[in-house]
Amino acid sequence: MAEIVSLAEAVERAIHDGDTVAMEGFTHLIPFAAGHEVIRQRRRDLTLIRMTPDLIYDQLIGAGCARKLIFSWGGNPGVGSLHRFRDAVEHSWPVPLEIEEHSHAGMANRYVAGASGLPFAVLRGYNGTDLYGLEGPTIKPITCPFTGETLTAVSALRPDVAVIHAQRADQSGNVQLWGITGVQKEVVLASARSVVTVEEIVDELDARPGAVVLPGWTVSFVARAPGGAHPSYALGYSARDNDYYVAWDAIARERGTFTRWLDEQVYAVPVGQS
Amino acid sequence: MTSQMSVDQTVSYTADEMMTVSAARALRDGMTCFVGIGLPSSAANLARATHAPSLVLIYESGTIGAKPGQLPLSIGDGMLAETADAVVSVPEIFNYWLQPGRIDVGFLGAAQIDKFGNINTTVIGGDYRSPKVRLPGAGGAPEIAASCREVIVVVRQSHRSFVERVDFVTSVGYGSGPGDRERLGLTGTGPKKIITDLGVLEPDPETLEFTLTGLYPGVSASAAKERTGWDLAIAAEPEIIAAPGPAELDALRRFQGTLARSHQ
Repeated sequence: MAEIVSLAEAVERAIHDGDTVAMEGFTHLIPFAAGHEVIRQRRRDLTLIRMTPDLIYDQLIGAGCARKLIFSWGGNPGVGSLHRFRDAVEHSWPVPLEIEEHSHAGMANRYVAGASGLPFAVLRGYNGTDLYGLEGPTIKPITCPFTGETLTAVSALRPDVAVIHAQRADQSGNVQLWGITGVQKEVVLASARSVVTVEEIVDELDARPGAVVLPGWTVSFVARAPGGAHPSYALGYSARDNDYYVAWDAIARERGTFTRWLDEQVYAVPVGQS
Repeated sequence: MTSQMSVDQTVSYTADEMMTVSAARALRDGMTCFVGIGLPSSAANLARATHAPSLVLIYESGTIGAKPGQLPLSIGDGMLAETADAVVSVPEIFNYWLQPGRIDVGFLGAAQIDKFGNINTTVIGGDYRSPKVRLPGAGGAPEIAASCREVIVVVRQSHRSFVERVDFVTSVGYGSGPGDRERLGLTGTGPKKIITDLGVLEPDPETLEFTLTGLYPGVSASAAKERTGWDLAIAAEPEIIAAPGPAELDALRRFQGTLARSHQ
């Protein structure tokens, strides 16, 4: 059963140096507050997984939390490049970053396999691309036992910890999210532990169209973090702060401005307020 | 791109506007279209606002039949979810909707494209482990390129981006020529058009090499050749593509205006 704790306690108890951590949220409900808490607690040598490592992973990578990134699209959506990610890949700053890259379909299926308790998933994909040879250990051909057709197998993702942001939870830790729900259900079910930050904790979860509900017994920790998806948006609560995405380009471009940002906006800020 | 072209004394437009209008025209009403963000999204929304009101827009964030009133800032824009016929999870959009070949056209951008329509959005220059430029990566493009019934690519044309052979094959066009898609088991028919800021390229029916078949008013074939990194073949009589009409330009500028305002 999920424990309802502070964000600082959830991160401290769930995420350890060297863990494989997947923070998901497909451009919506991105768990920024939790990411900042990971930076603040100075976790190191993490293998970070995320389909779309946008600003949140640019910040974690720039802060030196990661040794490896597993992803399918790394950019600042609607704006441009991730400068901290590029600096790590191109110049090993602040530490070298190993990368493993896939397509969105491949990553989504790897989470599905993890959630399903299977070692791999099957899809039509990767044939003819240079990703195939590059990521040989996680992408292999497989013959259909019924038709003989050659398909593609991708290995399961089984993170140590899933981190997501949702709109609401109730007092028992049942979690509800709606709108664009991405791979959040899959990542929580694929992971050994999970941290879910929520906009609010309510007495009762009333029905919402298209909502995903994660029963409290599938979640390790729930922490209240209003605005915890900022600058991304939380449908029904807050809009995307596009100025932040645009401003990030200039902040992240130089190591100096980034380091100042980190000091002023993360390390110096109390939990839940960055 | 700020260069101005003009067809007559009353209408002037930029090369980017011509490209977006040209791309929008490639979409027919009632089609289902898997849309990438950026230029493809502008063009698809323009098509829906003008000649193709029943165009079904599908974004990889899982929004099916999105009807945004303005251009979305990203594929996860809340407006897409709120106006969609259905919102599904990311595994579902790829597995149930894209993979079986339900979607008519995939609308993609590119950082680099070659004469067989293969797309690179991964790395340019150097080698993979120490590239000159690290690009965002694959996203949904490889499977869009593989599984949509056909693909249209919208990309600004330059000597640097139109290359003999891409540095990295992120998404497959025709591979290294005829027979490759069949050999690879790719179910869609591949890229049918590359729409640029100079004109339109289409695959030669025999060799599948992209050939210049259309030019915008005032653009010469030699200009297109100069901005292509391979020895670009030119159709016997390239079509002169009509300049944007007032309705197309009005709709496009209204969209761009809403995007600029939401960026403020």
